[in-house]
Amino acid sequence: MTELSTEEKMEDIFSEESVKRAAQARNIGAELSRLNDVRGDVAVLVADMGVVAGEFRQRHPTHFFDLGIAETNTMSVAAGLAAEGLIPFTMLMSCFGMLKCAEQIRTDVASNHLPVRIVARGTGLALGFFGTSHHTVEDIAIARSITNMTVVAPSDFNAFLSLVESTIDLPGPVYFRMSSGAEDASVYDSVPVIERGRFMTVRPGSDVTVIAIGNGVVAALGAAEVLAGEGVSVEVIDAAYLKPVDEQAILRAAEHTGRILTVEEHNVIGGLGTIVAEVLGRHRAPSLLKIFGLPDEDLAVSWPAVLIEHYGLTVTGVLEQLRQLLAEEK
Amino acid sequence: MTNSGIMTEATTPAGSVLERGRSATTAELGNRAEWIRLRTIDLIDQAGGGHYSSTFSVAELYSVLYYHTMRLRHSEPKWVDRDRFLLGKGHAAIGLWPIFADLGFFPVAWLDGYGTLGSPLTDHPNMRTAPGTDFSSGSLGHNLSVGVGIALAGRANERDYRTFVLTGDGEIQEGQVWEAAMAASHYGLGNLVAIVDANGYAGGDGSTSVTMNIEPIADRFSAFGWNTVEINGNDIEEVVAAFDELPSPSSKIPTCVIARTMKGKGVKMMELAPNAWHIGKLLTGADLVQARDEIESRIR
Repeated sequence: MTELSTEEKMEDIFSEESVKRAAQARNIGAELSRLNDVRGDVAVLVADMGVVAGEFRQRHPTHFFDLGIAETNTMSVAAGLAAEGLIPFTMLMSCFGMLKCAEQIRTDVASNHLPVRIVARGTGLALGFFGTSHHTVEDIAIARSITNMTVVAPSDFNAFLSLVESTIDLPGPVYFRMSSGAEDASVYDSVPVIERGRFMTVRPGSDVTVIAIGNGVVAALGAAEVLAGEGVSVEVIDAAYLKPVDEQAILRAAEHTGRILTVEEHNVIGGLGTIVAEVLGRHRAPSLLKIFGLPDEDLAVSWPAVLIEHYGLTVTGVLEQLRQLLAEEK
Repeated sequence: MTNSGIMTEATTPAGSVLERGRSATTAELGNRAEWIRLRTIDLIDQAGGGHYSSTFSVAELYSVLYYHTMRLRHSEPKWVDRDRFLLGKGHAAIGLWPIFADLGFFPVAWLDGYGTLGSPLTDHPNMRTAPGTDFSSGSLGHNLSVGVGIALAGRANERDYRTFVLTGDGEIQEGQVWEAAMAASHYGLGNLVAIVDANGYAGGDGSTSVTMNIEPIADRFSAFGWNTVEINGNDIEEVVAAFDELPSPSSKIPTCVIARTMKGKGVKMMELAPNAWHIGKLLTGADLVQARDEIESRIR
């Protein structure tokens, strides 16, 4: 594991990248403010994380609610607001927003088909410095098994904007799985059109397919670039929609390349890899499949960048997985 | 039974607004409470299961809320200016179904299907299937939070409806109730009224405070910044007075009505063994006749 000095660790927090991330986090508030300017029915709820929606708080104080460090209450309050015709966005740290509130989300929000938007920030290892309590590697498994839930995983901020807009009138709940990349990576140059239940092919290719979410998309694009130099054509798909899932895209990849690597910052159980395996199995689609994500074991604790490298969710790591997959016989 | 002496909205024209504090005598409201008990017995008998004693403790509260206190509109359960009612202790929903039918929220014939597969009326209320249900419940401890959300929406949408949330006393053992209590006073929700059905018994292990002490309930809500009123929740006059004196919905302090009730109220055998009648036991034969006779004898 990479050793960081104290100065480097401090830099990690106050680095240009971190500041940029904070600025873009505030942009979530700007985006929601803009939406509410037009609609008037958007509400934002936070549990002591108001800074992420600072602009909304300033511009729409009657529709902004900080419920303090009380996530379950926040989720049920959101359900009440939604029952009265508002579209509440709950901005919560994912480890508490999804895991702690799973029952409120199921019982109060999803069972009642209420349009609460759960924006889970800091998924995967993004808050991993703070301890095992702050890892969120089970959330997709939980979210997708909740009836009526739409599950999306924006890979960058443009994807997030697209998904917010395109789901705004959806009558049921939406779970936004925000990787750290969802707030600072760059996959799309402009706001893409992401149709409901569709994956996005972000790089065409013919020898092998990577289906990735969140930070994995950027890592996959990097690996694809390296392999292109070796004459290997890698297709990279951004699995922006996890539920409903793009079955046709998965089946097309199976037929087209017959080698699929899934990459996710989630436990290898119950997440993207599982989804792809289910689809392949359900349709008896013959394809090699390699599921790459976080191992089902006690995960290490450190700075996110260190953890990402440790678990290989990097260009180098994805490259290694791809080489292994390419070496396998069909 | 006959319906003489029991007030009903069955003949009220659809669309009529039933104003807050509308006229009803103590006898009429008391009779209505007994009618709720009788209909609860009928529905449990029909379905083969249900919560008698939990419903009997709140019969007077239901009667006063729906026939005197709440602003409603006949046959329009989603009327935007209605006062809202959330049943945190959802297992007492069976007592609401006859009321909602009487208020024209759904056809009386729906009651005939209670307990059968596909019935929109369920043991715990479902807002998606049962018109008149302002929010679903079933998981204790959630509804006060939801009520906070509905009350906040009232403020954001500039509506003057009140939101009532009826919790069980065992329910307030749930930590989320106190998160909601904190938020309600923080946001100055004078349009929110919590009613604690303090019948002294929780479902599983008997006496509520032996299992986990919840007293003093009033002091606890008071410490969380609420107005508190403590009444005999089975006494129509006390219930009416408590609700008549609620502060304006535009006021800034939420109110908690601690309704001291008797679990199984109105049927002696249940009053003496309230938890035996929480769930699982059915009135049959002579017991059924005796219970009905007891209740009917009080109808004036």
